[in-house]
Amino acid sequence: MANLKELSKVPERLAGGHRLCIGCGAGTLTRQTLLAAGNTPVVVTCATGCLEVSTSVYPYSSWKKDSFFHSAFENSAATMSGIEAAYVALKKTGKIKEKINFIAFGGDGGTYDIGLQSLSGAMERGHRMLYICYNNEAYMNTGIQRSAATPRGATTTTEPAGKVKPGKEQHRKDMTEIMVAHNIPYVAQAVVGDWNDYVTKVQKALSIDGPTFINIMQPCPLGWGTKPEDTLALGRLAVDTNIWPLYEVENGVYKINKKPKEKKSVVEFLKPQARFKHLFNSNPKNAEIIESVQKITDAKWELLLKREGGK
Amino acid sequence: MIKPIYSKGKIVAKTGNEAMAEAMRQIEPDVVAAYPITPATEIVQIFSQFVSDGIVKSEYVAVESEHSAMSAAIGASAAGARAMTGTAAQGLALMWEMLYIASGLRLPIVMAEVNRALSAPINIHGDQSDTMGARDSGWIQIYSENSQEAYDNMIQAVRIAEKCMLPAMVTTDGFIISHCMEVVETYPDKDVKKFVGQYKPQRALLNTKKPYTLGSIELQDYYFEHRWQLAEAMNKAQDVVLDVAKDFAKTFGRKYGMYEKYKMDGAEIAIVVIGSTAGTAKVVIDELRKKGIKAGMIKIRVFRPFPAAMIAKDLAKVKAVAIMDRADSCAGTFAPLYTDVAAALFAHNEGKMPKMENYVYGLGGREIAPEHITAVYDKLAKIAKGKAKPSNKVEYINLRK
Ligand SMILES: Cc1ncc(C[n+]2csc(CCOP(=O)(O)OP(=O)(O)O)c2C)c(N)n1
Ligand code: SF4
Ligand SMILES: [Mg+2]
Repeated sequence: MANLKELSKVPERLAGGHRLCIGCGAGTLTRQTLLAAGNTPVVVTCATGCLEVSTSVYPYSSWKKDSFFHSAFENSAATMSGIEAAYVALKKTGKIKEKINFIAFGGDGGTYDIGLQSLSGAMERGHRMLYICYNNEAYMNTGIQRSAATPRGATTTTEPAGKVKPGKEQHRKDMTEIMVAHNIPYVAQAVVGDWNDYVTKVQKALSIDGPTFINIMQPCPLGWGTKPEDTLALGRLAVDTNIWPLYEVENGVYKINKKPKEKKSVVEFLKPQARFKHLFNSNPKNAEIIESVQKITDAKWELLLKREGGK
Repeated sequence: MIKPIYSKGKIVAKTGNEAMAEAMRQIEPDVVAAYPITPATEIVQIFSQFVSDGIVKSEYVAVESEHSAMSAAIGASAAGARAMTGTAAQGLALMWEMLYIASGLRLPIVMAEVNRALSAPINIHGDQSDTMGARDSGWIQIYSENSQEAYDNMIQAVRIAEKCMLPAMVTTDGFIISHCMEVVETYPDKDVKKFVGQYKPQRALLNTKKPYTLGSIELQDYYFEHRWQLAEAMNKAQDVVLDVAKDFAKTFGRKYGMYEKYKMDGAEIAIVVIGSTAGTAKVVIDELRKKGIKAGMIKIRVFRPFPAAMIAKDLAKVKAVAIMDRADSCAGTFAPLYTDVAAALFAHNEGKMPKMENYVYGLGGREIAPEHITAVYDKLAKIAKGKAKPSNKVEYINLRK
């Protein structure tokens, strides 16, 4: 468990004044990431996307204490594997002595889609880095286009809800499980809205000598059509509806970090968001979509419980 | 017996790939990130064996694609390490996005590139379409005629790149040089290491005392200036290439320039060529000279930066010149080398130009034999005497139409 008192002693590492939208969960999770990193220096890479463009507008940078590097969209992990290799090489020859942590960020587009290959490669090679997918479930930077992380029924600008289509037709792919299948030492799901769970996970990941992965759901007021002040509550709602369970897989062992006391309907999560608004009209087809989201949510939860039980 | 030029040099037999790998062993970069592709695979295979045997201290990142190879090299270089890679054709094409980022961020990565035809149709043999496609990417390009040059160019490239803060690729012609065993003089490790020197980056992501942000977004307000600085760096790179060559000649005895002039003194007809074909052309020129025909050649070594003013001067007195491209532009106009030479002559010689022809040859490894080159000179001789007109379009050598 993260200790708030200790965290309060860590100096702020992300400067205010970045250009993320009001209420954007990406800013919150980035600050929490750097807090969790404590006093060990980090080198950060970031894929092209909202976080990158908003925090590094030349000649300014929000990254006031750490080196920050962006090279392209699909290669945050590959770029970091070069940095980490450089670290190993320079350490071998005595040119570097101190411990440095490596944190690679990618949006869901940069992780689930275009960057999947380079992430998979970097994880398989075993570079010591924490890869964080800040997952707002669409390509937000370029105007809310669909990604493989976009949930079924959400309207996006490349698979919009229309007269014959209900928005995205497919369920999202299970990136967290894909990373589990890489047999890396640590994989976790987190959410913006539960700081303690997230900070604890980042701390744990950074303490591991190997590749680690955190998939953090990040509400996006602009793309989701939600109120900026609801970001954190919405994140928690994703957990309470089992839409986005908090869990971790350490050396293959599953642990669910939060089990909702009473199961809430997925409707509670979907309804406040404009991206799902069309699902709540009188068209019976839309009701089917909501039902299918409930069904897959339940099935995945059951599966998770089984896996936690070692089955 | 072939004697070394450098007093401590050693005469060995090496293919182009082996020669490049040998240079890499001696340079011993901090990081090599690479992905296999014929005909360049051997370079990184040999190098990874050096790593596995503990002969070098370098980190070898066996990435899952060339896009990641260049990304990792970029990461390593930005981190403050000396980084290298190797590739060919499709691999270079897959790196394309990252090539511009390497130069735009001013990272002095050195690449061993083996020239191979680009798909489609897929073909593994030598032509220069791949690197010609990267000619505007902000990379220094150094071409090699043989294994010796490949070896020497690799050693010089590191210093050139780091001084210019520009990435550099050293190329050989696929199979013709990469796989052909030749006599090469190598120099002692110590001397090569001394010549190359230590890498001292201005900034490094791993320098936690001076953390910095790299790869920012720059819009209408700054982007243009930074791209101009890149172009300026390339403009100034010629002096660096020549300085390093001078020091190389002083140290190891071999002379290099932006290009090599072969029998250009008093030449009336000439060809401009890149890579291994120069070796064949030299044989032809010697024959022609014996017959009293004043034939000469310019063999481009450094294509980027392009030595425009120098070439224009050297071609000023020639009556007819053929520009030989081992790559086509498919542009409705001429091939890459021709357009650069033509622009150079036009810009620097106040409109006084030799008659010019453009030949595309050897695509996909198609043979270029002495008789093909002789035919080119025959045509040039006619043009020079006013008995024939230069073609106003690309002519193809050894092609079935
Ligand atoms: C190779 C390439 N293709 C497309 C783009 C355009 N592009 C930039 S960011 C982006 C979407 C980013 O989405 P995501 O990774 O989810 O991050 P977010 O913007 O949501 O934070 C796209 C499509 C690009 N920069 N590079
Ligand atoms: S579009 Fe969404 S993810 Fe991007 S800055 Fe705005 S709120 Fe954040
Ligand atoms: Mg996104």
